[in-house]
Amino acid sequence: MSRLETKFAALRAENKAGFVAFITAGDPDYDTSLKVLKGLPSQGVDIIELGMPFTDPSADGPAIDRAAQRALAGGMSLKKTLDMVRAFREDNNETPIVLMGYFNPVFAYGIERFATDASNAGVDGLIIVDLPPEEDEELRIPANEAGIDVIRLATPTSDNKRLPKVLEGASGFVYYVAVAGVTGGKSATEGDIESAITHIRQHTNLPVAVGFGIKTPEQAAVMAKYADGVVVGSAIVSMIEDGIGDNGALKTDLVDDVLNFVKTLANGAHSGRNG
Amino acid sequence: MNNQVNSFTQGPDEKGHFGKYGGRYVSETLMPLVLNVEKSYKEAMQDPSFLEELDELNRVYVGRPSPLYFAERLTEKLGGAKVYFKREELNHTGAHKINHAIGQILLARRMGKTRIIAETGAGQHGVATATVAARFGLKCTVFMGATDIERQKPNVFRMKLLGAEVRPVTSGSSTLKDAMNEALRDWVTNVHDTFYIIGTVAGPHPYPMMVRDFQSIIGRETKAQMMEAEGRLPDTLIACVGGGSNAIGLFHPFLNDKDVRAIAVEAAGHGVNTDKHAASITGGTPGVLHGNRTYLLQNEDGQIQEAHSISAGLDYPGIGPEHVWLHEQKRVEYVSVTDSEALEAFQFCCQTEGIIPALETSHALAHITKLAPTLPKEHLIVLNLSGRGDKDIFTVADALGEEI
Repeated sequence: MSRLETKFAALRAENKAGFVAFITAGDPDYDTSLKVLKGLPSQGVDIIELGMPFTDPSADGPAIDRAAQRALAGGMSLKKTLDMVRAFREDNNETPIVLMGYFNPVFAYGIERFATDASNAGVDGLIIVDLPPEEDEELRIPANEAGIDVIRLATPTSDNKRLPKVLEGASGFVYYVAVAGVTGGKSATEGDIESAITHIRQHTNLPVAVGFGIKTPEQAAVMAKYADGVVVGSAIVSMIEDGIGDNGALKTDLVDDVLNFVKTLANGAHSGRNG
Repeated sequence: MNNQVNSFTQGPDEKGHFGKYGGRYVSETLMPLVLNVEKSYKEAMQDPSFLEELDELNRVYVGRPSPLYFAERLTEKLGGAKVYFKREELNHTGAHKINHAIGQILLARRMGKTRIIAETGAGQHGVATATVAARFGLKCTVFMGATDIERQKPNVFRMKLLGAEVRPVTSGSSTLKDAMNEALRDWVTNVHDTFYIIGTVAGPHPYPMMVRDFQSIIGRETKAQMMEAEGRLPDTLIACVGGGSNAIGLFHPFLNDKDVRAIAVEAAGHGVNTDKHAASITGGTPGVLHGNRTYLLQNEDGQIQEAHSISAGLDYPGIGPEHVWLHEQKRVEYVSVTDSEALEAFQFCCQTEGIIPALETSHALAHITKLAPTLPKEHLIVLNLSGRGDKDIFTVADALGEEI
């Protein structure tokens, strides 16, 4: 079983939704970002989404856009993102890591080489937001052959006609984009999520994670009633930004503050099905 | 590619690919919309009433057909080929951009959309979009980089006069590519009521095809007008290229006329060997941005680099995918011209023809000043005079060190 399958099976056995934390690789710098990354599992993070910085993240809101620009300004690259995964795997071989980002850096790296290197580094899944099913074959096939899942996105605009197209060839889990919009924007209502996830489950047996617009432990708890995974990104990334002083120097408690916040989010997600 | 294509005008395929380029690289939330735009566009182009309305608006609102003009003094001065100007700068709003803005807004209205968004660099596409939005009474928001707002104040005010909201973009480098990112972010957030009027032959399918089709009226008119003027087709077509809408508009109806040479002129800025240029074909590499696969200015990590050109309308780090295909098929030649060469040609055109050309167009003019003297007098060149240069007088004054 893959790390993702193992993780979702364990969560199912405990009747819990998993907590998925997003951070941008290299934000605000490589060493700090690696410390945050390594600290996530002990705070209750079940799956890590690691953002691959890109200059033009047109599906992301301001928080994740700025995180990418900070990382790039600090010299981050796709190669270093893979280095970071490799460093994480030195003392963690259980927590799945899903890389999230845009196609151009992967394309520039070389698709075949990327699939091999990412697999060797310990990457479990890929979310490439500007690669819809119509265009993803050239990455999906080599990635799957290297043992990496390509996670498909379902959205509020995925109707009955579109959804089968999204799910055909999907693996790992389905990422439900809770609202039409960019990351870190408005939030979906409980009713919307309940009906959307019910709809998706009629078409697939894959686990369904939900993200976009989830910012608080309370919201995470509500989403956890319906989803198999709850993703928080912009709110965590904003905590990292808050840890940067006006002069650009990092506050000494940045890593601790971020990890403490992550713990409250994880507790929220994990408690969702108790009430 | 070894297999010689039979036709240069049949693309794209059903997924929007011109060879390896083009496609639909957008987030899943946008996919159903993009598919719907394509379906509605195809239906509209089969509907005689849609085409009649488009023709009529082109005639009485845009002022088409635009004249084909023999540039007699410029031809004499250069002492070689006979140079004609296709006068797109005489269109309403002063450039070719109105051609695709009219077409797209008719489609938006047909689809029942009530809100229009657009990105703009120099402001010409923003003005064209604000114009048609006012004409049809639709709400309009134009995204424009904060840097461009600063250097294109007259166009910003024109858009406001036309009732559009100009939203400054401060993300990334605050220029055209960032304005396009922001427009995509707005579109994905307002999927139900909003139509995105893209300003060039780029973006996800069907935009490169749709914008090309609306712009191809330039080439169709040129063909008929040249037959009337000279009784034969031109020998060489020349146009400037940033995203590539005016160039494809002139070239496309001639692509299967194998004896007609087509030359597209990119902006070399300070030189294509420097890091300050906007020549995506001459100095770029394949990649994916803003919904399509094309050539981009990027570093080895696939991060997009800043473009530079004295002309804000060419200041974009990519190019339409059909141009890349035409380049690889060797059907269209891509050359480049620097800021200073364009400035010189700008003044030359003002003084020899009494026409102030856009700085974008001045790049194509600069190439003509190099090429025409080497060709015989019976050789016919058509320049797409894509825009007028009134908007550029501040930039030119600045570059010439003059105070106005």
